[in-house]
Amino acid sequence: MRKPRDPGSYLLPVVVLLGFLAIWFFICYSNLFPAYVLPSPGAVWKSFREEVVSGRLADDIVASLWRVAVGFVAAAVLGIPAGLWLGQHMHARQAFVPMLNFFRFLSPLAWIPFAILWFHIGDKPAFFLIFMATFFPLVLATMAAVATIPSIYFRVARDYHYKGIELLTKVTFPAILPQVITALRVSYGISWVVIVAAEMVGCQDGLGYGIWEARNGLRLDSAVCYMIVIGLLGMGIDRLLAQLTKLPNVRWGYER
Amino acid sequence: MYAGAMKDKRSDSRLVLEKVSHSYGAVPVLNDLNLVVDPGEVVVLVGPSGCGKTTILNLLSGYIEPVSGTVRREGIIRTVYQQDGLFPWLTVSENIAIGLRSVEDPARREKELLDLIALIRLEGFEHHYPHQLSGGMRQRVELARVLAGDSDILLMDEPFSALDYQGRLRMRWELVRLLEKRPHTVVFVTHDIEEAAQLADRVLVLSNRPATISRELHIEALRPRDLTDPAVIGAMKEILKELGLQV
Repeated sequence: MRKPRDPGSYLLPVVVLLGFLAIWFFICYSNLFPAYVLPSPGAVWKSFREEVVSGRLADDIVASLWRVAVGFVAAAVLGIPAGLWLGQHMHARQAFVPMLNFFRFLSPLAWIPFAILWFHIGDKPAFFLIFMATFFPLVLATMAAVATIPSIYFRVARDYHYKGIELLTKVTFPAILPQVITALRVSYGISWVVIVAAEMVGCQDGLGYGIWEARNGLRLDSAVCYMIVIGLLGMGIDRLLAQLTKLPNVRWGYER
Repeated sequence: MYAGAMKDKRSDSRLVLEKVSHSYGAVPVLNDLNLVVDPGEVVVLVGPSGCGKTTILNLLSGYIEPVSGTVRREGIIRTVYQQDGLFPWLTVSENIAIGLRSVEDPARREKELLDLIALIRLEGFEHHYPHQLSGGMRQRVELARVLAGDSDILLMDEPFSALDYQGRLRMRWELVRLLEKRPHTVVFVTHDIEEAAQLADRVLVLSNRPATISRELHIEALRPRDLTDPAVIGAMKEILKELGLQV
């Protein structure tokens, strides 16, 4: 069934990447800017090797991944059921949606002062900020998905006597699963953006803290190295989440 | 004409509407409607769009309660909807198996499932998902699901209207063939006069809102009936005349 991959799909991005690197090289070696303002690719590569050899980069990656995982999983475990419940109860929706929307539009970074005062320094403020960043979009997306389930599914379910928990797990949940997967990808993206800011203020390690420390030491080569790692990890994990969309029982949600 | 083993089960099924009136808010939809559907009968309701055909099906299935009058139903009722009544997250087999939920014995369930897939001639498509099938194939799966298990009565709400013309013609043959193998009582709603004439034992022509039965027409000819069968053409003429579409 699988189509052979179009060679353009991996050749073209490589061409763009090489072009980008060439421009970067050209700007650096034409001395348009001093080296401490714009680190050269060579300097970034050197700093990357240093960070890997010292083991700091690996430690920072593990710290960031752990914080995102905890905050994100907590938001999903609480947010998806909350969205399911709200989607099925109109009065609850009327009551809670304005408040949920309010918090969704509040930048998670606004919680930084509270995060530090309440949870001090370490993993906890980061967990909290990731949770605050992803919980509200997940609730609202799940709720909207439930509200748009075609009523025909519930009529069929009624004809065949699906009730209670069985109705929820065998009809409602599978009917929204494609949209829930999309919502998870979007909110994971948010959490990966937020972790960098969270670690700049509330942590002593992590990828965001790495950038912060590089700034303090005027080591932009190290900052760029961390930026590249953050971008690549974010893309990689999104690719993993995208695998969920290939499950046979959710394909329908993306193909019509 | 029908398999003997099914006869007893069918005789248990009956649908009765007695002096049923219904309205949506201030809009009266049905007025004093009386209808008895006998076991094994194929009744087709025809009428102008918006005349309350679907409302009658919803009353028969118990999805809505009438404003006045009584509805009596005996037997297990299943509905075929216009389209997309299949669960898209389940395969063909899994969708049909929903119709077998009441069958307790797993071995019997498995056998029934295989029989039904063979009956609708979709062997090899058991593990396909609905979005991978054509419209006609999907409706065949729907038919298998409603025919499965212990159902007695089928309510069909313009089940073939989403198909193209040739697809509709094929599905009529298919329905006749399936009902011969697995007899059921059928109440079929359509705006398609050909469909009514080809399928019905009895056609009920409904008037404009609030709907009453303006004409009752018995068609004795054996099924399957050709489109050019004199009985079909005669019935179509009668229906058209009743609808004011032919002089």
